[in-house]
Amino acid sequence: MYYQMVLIRRVEERGAELYQQGKIGGFMHLYIGQEAVSTGLIAARQPQDRVITAYRDHGVALNCGIPSNQIMAELLGKVTGTSKGKGGSMHMADTSKNFWGGHAIVGAHLPIAAGFALGDQYGHRDNVTICMFGDGATNIGYFHEALNLSKAWNLPVLWVCENNLYGMGTAVERASAVSEIRQKAVGYGMPNERVNGMDVMEVYEASKKAIETVRKSGPFLLEIMTYRFRGHSMGDPERYRKQEEVKKWEENDPIGIFRTYLMGKKIKEAELDEIEANVDAEVIKSVEFAEASPEPTTADLYADIYADA
Amino acid sequence: MAKITMREAISQALWEEMEADPSVFILGEEVGVWGGSYAVTKGFYDHFGPERVRDTPIAEAAIIGAAIGAAMVGQRPVAELMTINFAFSSFDHIVNEAAKLHYMFGGQFKVPMVIRTVGGGGRQLGATHSQTPDAIFAHFPGLKVVAPGTPADAKGLLKAAIRSNDPILFIEHATMYQTRGEVPEGDYVIPLGKSTIQRPGKDVTIITYSKGLEISMKAADELAKEGIELEIVDLRCLRPLDMDPVFESFKKTNRAVVVEEGWKSFGVGSEIAARIYEEAFDYVDAPVKRVAQDEVPLPYNRTLEQEALPQVADVIAAVKEVL
Repeated sequence: MYYQMVLIRRVEERGAELYQQGKIGGFMHLYIGQEAVSTGLIAARQPQDRVITAYRDHGVALNCGIPSNQIMAELLGKVTGTSKGKGGSMHMADTSKNFWGGHAIVGAHLPIAAGFALGDQYGHRDNVTICMFGDGATNIGYFHEALNLSKAWNLPVLWVCENNLYGMGTAVERASAVSEIRQKAVGYGMPNERVNGMDVMEVYEASKKAIETVRKSGPFLLEIMTYRFRGHSMGDPERYRKQEEVKKWEENDPIGIFRTYLMGKKIKEAELDEIEANVDAEVIKSVEFAEASPEPTTADLYADIYADA
Repeated sequence: MAKITMREAISQALWEEMEADPSVFILGEEVGVWGGSYAVTKGFYDHFGPERVRDTPIAEAAIIGAAIGAAMVGQRPVAELMTINFAFSSFDHIVNEAAKLHYMFGGQFKVPMVIRTVGGGGRQLGATHSQTPDAIFAHFPGLKVVAPGTPADAKGLLKAAIRSNDPILFIEHATMYQTRGEVPEGDYVIPLGKSTIQRPGKDVTIITYSKGLEISMKAADELAKEGIELEIVDLRCLRPLDMDPVFESFKKTNRAVVVEEGWKSFGVGSEIAARIYEEAFDYVDAPVKRVAQDEVPLPYNRTLEQEALPQVADVIAAVKEVL
């Protein structure tokens, strides 16, 4: 998990540089600060469990086991990317890793996640669908339609709210009638829990329990408190929050917290440094891979509009 | 061959596909215990059970979103939207998700889903329940839009739609469920995206689909009495749009009228006319005419509603203008 968290941090930092160099286009939303959330969550899943998330998806994709090569290639719009260069930052997926995207319309993937769970329930499979979304998504109708359906049909879906306190630039208490998101599950008679998302071990333990609860008895909402250290996207002037607030959260860096935890478990500092060096090497290679990969062609432009031959 | 109604033909296609493939299931508002608001799924709940004929909450985004998700993980859901007017409550899921997921993720996702819905005016349901917004949906690459005009086509196209690996909007017309026609029994499948000649003729080409076909056939009967022979091309699918039979017919008649129930501006007729001008300009002997709905929100009053909807007389008048 330490490797994963550092890998996410470094991929995102390198991504930001490539964005500033103009090599990555479109919108890009960094996961820096939120690494512990999906790392702990996804470490707790079984291989058959599906993961789906919103547009802040690079870290989630890495945690599902998608190689950094493919992620970097997608960011650069290359055919070797997760979505063959057609999805970009917000639309990464790999069904072979049970990672189902990367969805950019706020809240729209929640009914789809309910559908995965419906398909699995209908097919008598024991998969759990883990659906991640931000606090901002809980104010849109899709959230409520999906939660209601999941409870009415007892679908095996774990709803995971990554509460990073802001929907773009609007603080959660300015946008949501209740700022403790877990309370919204109560209205649907759904069990719920709120955990500290800066502590990967706490996320892991809570997720493990929540996933098995879902598998046994139906939907559950997990609210994971976190904070993004960077702006909402690359074009964020950050007028809505004070630098002191950001600094205060940065003192709670999830990687630092986990590092301290591991050293407390008698893991040597040199071992952790070696992990970080390995991450750096992987990220360098991924950029090389992406840069060397071919651009899609006009034939690719017209490929895959329909699945029928 | 048995002569059955459009309702029976659609019901037959659904029933047969559900019997043949356990991954096919139905979900929607009142599809189960009630038997479907247009009685298409009457008897299904008792036969197939509540798992395969699922009554949903009144929540269109959840219905379509859940159908998309279930399709992506290997099932073949048939979602019923009580009317196409409610498709706007799930517009995002139809055009932003279903239509894009296969392409946007490099071909890894498949969305083998059918949305059965009911469109059209003429039942005095007022402006919000009487629309024919077919062209809007046909605008989006990635989606397939099917709208049959005969019971046989309804059966054959619905069977093909359920077997397709793509998301399909299947639009039935609210006033055509009692329309009768000969329908082949058993496994009758018509490939999607093939227009067809419903009536051969030599003088004017009519391009139409769905309710427009009914109106055009009546107009053709009337005009035949005057010795005018209409050739009627039924598009059947708006996307993919098969223009070959249209061009073939137009090159023979050099005159065309497009008949649709939706509004004229930015409609099916606009698209067909533009394509004729772009690709068969040398064969044009008269301006392509469009018969369509008056550009008003459809009123409740019966007389006004009928005044706004395209009628047989409108088709006849348009044909005479191009002759």
